[in-house]
Amino acid sequence: MQEIKNLIMKDIILEWRQKYAFNGMVLYVVSTVFMCYISFKLKTNSIEPITWNTLFWIIILFSAVNSITKSFIQEKTGRQLYYYQIAKPSSIILAKIIYNFLLMVFLGFLGFLIYSIFMGNKAENLGLYLLSLTLGALGFSASLTLIAGIASKSDNTAGLMAVLSFPILLPILSMLIKLSKNAMDGLAFRASYDEILVISGIDLIVIALSYMLFPFLWKS
Amino acid sequence: MRKIWWKFLAAGLLLYTVIFGLIGEVPRQPILNETIRNVYFHVPMWFGMMALMISSLVYSIKYLRNGQVQDDVYAVEFANVAIIFGVLGFITGSIWGNYTWGDPLPKDPKIIAVEVGLLIYSAYFVLRGSFEDEQKKARLSAVYNIFAFASFMPLVWILPRLTDSLHPGNGGNPAFGKYDMDSNMRMVFYPAILAWILVGVWISSLRIRIKLLNNHLQDNL
Repeated sequence: MQEIKNLIMKDIILEWRQKYAFNGMVLYVVSTVFMCYISFKLKTNSIEPITWNTLFWIIILFSAVNSITKSFIQEKTGRQLYYYQIAKPSSIILAKIIYNFLLMVFLGFLGFLIYSIFMGNKAENLGLYLLSLTLGALGFSASLTLIAGIASKSDNTAGLMAVLSFPILLPILSMLIKLSKNAMDGLAFRASYDEILVISGIDLIVIALSYMLFPFLWKS
Repeated sequence: MRKIWWKFLAAGLLLYTVIFGLIGEVPRQPILNETIRNVYFHVPMWFGMMALMISSLVYSIKYLRNGQVQDDVYAVEFANVAIIFGVLGFITGSIWGNYTWGDPLPKDPKIIAVEVGLLIYSAYFVLRGSFEDEQKKARLSAVYNIFAFASFMPLVWILPRLTDSLHPGNGGNPAFGKYDMDSNMRMVFYPAILAWILVGVWISSLRIRIKLLNNHLQDNL
């Protein structure tokens, strides 16, 4: 437990020291939203609610892939070897997942704030929308962290990351779009129990698998 | 002879499926008419694909447990043949859909699931292609195989049941087994499933043997 806490603190401190990477991620979200604003809102001054929702999730998906890719390539191989000596692989993956989860929640909420300023807020049940954002952040961070671990071993990390992660994220993404559509229509929590249950189930499966499979990655 | 009896079984059952699938009695259904015979060829493709994917998964787990290169070869070749079955099922499905639903590629969760499945396994081969080192390639692709399979399953089994689908058995559509298929059809359908699965295993076993022999030759060079 202490080990995981220390590893998360280490990641946060590292991020804080080299702010350019973090600022880059924030800027990525902001500029993507701004591009959508220019190409949709400014041109036609109207956007269908379904397009509004899907566009937001695609922005979140791309910023998630973009920011989690660097989980394992940020640090030098030598330093990773050092962690290998002092920490259990299971605590390293859990720490990375929790850290990426925090990062994704932050980026998602920030993205939502900027998105609703530029494109208008169409979510009637805001609580449910933010819940779907949190569940999405959990699923994205868990599956992308393991895939970042796989892709980091290759030379072509960024390209491989997209190819490997998109088909895997599709089931959860389609469920998330459905849940957030419910939130946009202002349906009560009770009406979306099914979706929440399925998404949490997928999240749990993905976390459990990352936890079990990561030790095999870490060895090589 | 003891070991190859199942190949004779596969060939015999396949012959039986083709002959009785084309001349056997089928119930007259509106819209479906004679195309219902495609059930002997389209549906078993999915059963075969699933069986091969599960075999691939089992060998990937085995590889991670004991690190035998042989198990990796098994996992790859089962996945290869699973993709071929998936493509064949996709083609037979879209021909069938063209004449019954009026559209070769309608919006349907099962079709989307299969497209995603094909993407996942193509990504698996891209991943394998990007490593030189055999051990590393085998280990990373085994991890990806297990992970991908587990996230593919909810797409196939859970999501179509939550949304409407044109396929029988989902979203209020009755399944074939309940209404459309009579006992005559069932006499062909179940052997057809077994036959196609066996053929899939047969093709993969040939590919596995070629690959293993190649590996053996290269080791001796």
